[in-house]
Amino acid sequence: MTTVVPDSPVVQKAPSGPRRRIRPVPVPSDRAFLGLTRFSGLLVLGVFAAIGLFLSIKAFPAIRVAKFSFLTTQAWQPDIHHFGIAGILTLTILIALVAVVIAIPVSLGLSLYISEVAPQRTKRTLVSLVDLMAAVPSVVYGLWALYFLQGKVIGVSRWLSTWFGWIPVFKVNGAHPNNPLESGSLYSASTFIAGIAVSLMVIPILTSVMRESFSQAPLGEREGAYALGATRWGMIRSVVLPFGKGGIIGGTMLGLGRALGETIVVILIISPVFTINTHILQAGGNSVSFLIANLVGESSTFGISALMAAGLALFALTLIVNFSASAVVARSRSGAESDG
Amino acid sequence: MALLDERQATVPEAFAPGPPPPPQRRRKLGGLRKAAAFNLIGAALAGVSVALLLALLTGVSGALGLVLVGYVAFLLVYGVLVSISDDGPAVLDAVMTVLMASTAVLAFGALAIVIVFTVARGWAALVHTNFYTQDMSKAGPLASLKVGGMAHALLGTLWMVGIAVVLTVPIGLVAAVYLDVTRSRPARLFRTVVEAMTALPSILAGLFIYASWILTFGFERSGLAAALALSVMMLPYIIRAADLALRLVPGNLREAAAALGAPGWRGEMQVVIPTARSGLATAVILGVARAIGEASPVLLTAGYTSYVNANPLHGPMVSLPLETLKLVQADIPAYTSRAFGAATFLLVVVVVLFLVARKIGGWGPGHLSPRGHRRVQQASARDAARFAARSQAAITFGDPALGYPATGGPQSPHRRRRR
Repeated sequence: MTTVVPDSPVVQKAPSGPRRRIRPVPVPSDRAFLGLTRFSGLLVLGVFAAIGLFLSIKAFPAIRVAKFSFLTTQAWQPDIHHFGIAGILTLTILIALVAVVIAIPVSLGLSLYISEVAPQRTKRTLVSLVDLMAAVPSVVYGLWALYFLQGKVIGVSRWLSTWFGWIPVFKVNGAHPNNPLESGSLYSASTFIAGIAVSLMVIPILTSVMRESFSQAPLGEREGAYALGATRWGMIRSVVLPFGKGGIIGGTMLGLGRALGETIVVILIISPVFTINTHILQAGGNSVSFLIANLVGESSTFGISALMAAGLALFALTLIVNFSASAVVARSRSGAESDG
Repeated sequence: MALLDERQATVPEAFAPGPPPPPQRRRKLGGLRKAAAFNLIGAALAGVSVALLLALLTGVSGALGLVLVGYVAFLLVYGVLVSISDDGPAVLDAVMTVLMASTAVLAFGALAIVIVFTVARGWAALVHTNFYTQDMSKAGPLASLKVGGMAHALLGTLWMVGIAVVLTVPIGLVAAVYLDVTRSRPARLFRTVVEAMTALPSILAGLFIYASWILTFGFERSGLAAALALSVMMLPYIIRAADLALRLVPGNLREAAAALGAPGWRGEMQVVIPTARSGLATAVILGVARAIGEASPVLLTAGYTSYVNANPLHGPMVSLPLETLKLVQADIPAYTSRAFGAATFLLVVVVVLFLVARKIGGWGPGHLSPRGHRRVQQASARDAARFAARSQAAITFGDPALGYPATGGPQSPHRRRRR
């Protein structure tokens, strides 16, 4: 871009004094155009700010009553002023964690397969299949999880709790593995099942972010690795994965943010509890979105205010997760504009 | 290649008077080699056999467990087979490649199962025409699938998504242009906020409209309220996708527009946006596909009815995903069938939208339809005619400011004489 010609007299004689500031002066029509676009940007920002504002206003009465106990109480009885999100928020995070833990290895393999292994011809198809996976309505995943997945997973849950029940997370209270007549209901409606279904919905998010960051691993280093005798896996381990680290972390957090807010699957699968149940294979879980969806219709004014407070907590949590995720992804991303 | 061919031609004469060597074939660099394919097939057979044997001998029930055991056996056998001919790193490479391919099979297999299962369960309800023409008001829990349908939900979805599109597409596209024209600090902040908002839990979009539109401003639950909630959810998606499409426009096109003296807005309207048209259309379509399938923003804002309500401003209105959810929650076999029917219909709509988006998105920036091509050619011919007329005018009236660079012909003597 800046081609320096050594003999050129212009370059040899450096200009003295401070560098001239170049300030484009837009013509009036341009100023109007910029104003319009800025207005719409502000409008959108205003809408987003209004979300936080309205939730805060409506949540205020409940928070004023509950004060700090809102964060520590494991119950939801707003009408006797005994409510808090400690249990519900923990269960929400638990479902999201199960989903992300399942989604990480699958997305990692899938995105590496698409960016490194798959033949050039099929790449575009695979990418659109991933996008399609993201576009399948959540209610479809919910139906599938309820009528197909749950029956299949109960066996796995029982096996896991029988052999790995000594790990606290896999423990199921009241299970009798030796009783052949034991019904599966103990293992249904669990955090685990909801987590599997939600993982299907976050896999496309993780995959597309990871794939994008993997495909940006520089060609020179790739070829360098090959030239030093690396196999493809060796190249992936030494070049693609280190370069894509930001994408892996950021994508995972974006997926976590999405999983935290999933509603429909949780409504269809989970049977609600309000105290912390860390036994993910056991029936009973909860999530903030489930709470809101279930109770808005049948709550008193104060109850709705409490629900708004729960929504505000979810809003804050997802915003924190998403902001840090996009910061990580943005830092790892390069080349904001392509040159044709 | 040329060197090799030469050697091939000279070697037989100089050294060996034996039979001529076979003609050279181009070596395949990528893809699956024969030995690798045999290894894979052998290992797969071994895996299946182990699973079957286990099923016969121990009577392990549960297809999932058998598949898992068979898969582990397959991986082990494959590793051993590869290690016969190759050494450490190559074995690891082969096994990792198979693992990566397996995750693809797993993910897309799950997607296929979801789709096939939904369509199989929903087909029974979809084949009746009343599914599309009647509402649920006369269909009780025991009514057969020949009575009642989803007309009310179809109409509701059309209204809600239609209003949401009308609201969000102009705002979203202009906001994306804002991100595109300024590279200032507020614009960067705005982009971060938009990216964070794409993952806003959709139930919160509904809760926000519930808190503001319904509780604070006192409007009733209606199709419009639901459309507003969908808009809040859709807006960040559209802005982000449109922003990505605009960023794909080559920077030198903008610079060319600026160099030709176009002010920013003209460059944007006549160069950047037309170039990114296919990407922008894809952004809108994908936003619509997402809005069609979302039930949770609608859940708090639309209310519920089993009647056809054609007025989005007044009275409860229901959308397809919401109706699906409500029917499943009723837990009655006939309703479940209908729910699967509605889910299948949704799935079909989303897939069709997707195929359209893929078709349009496949066109690179600046792609033109045949008609667009003709239009551009006509415009170009008009310009040529205009320029010709201009330079003619310059010749006739002798105004150098209007003159167009002379390219020989009758103009040249003209100019020389004037000087």
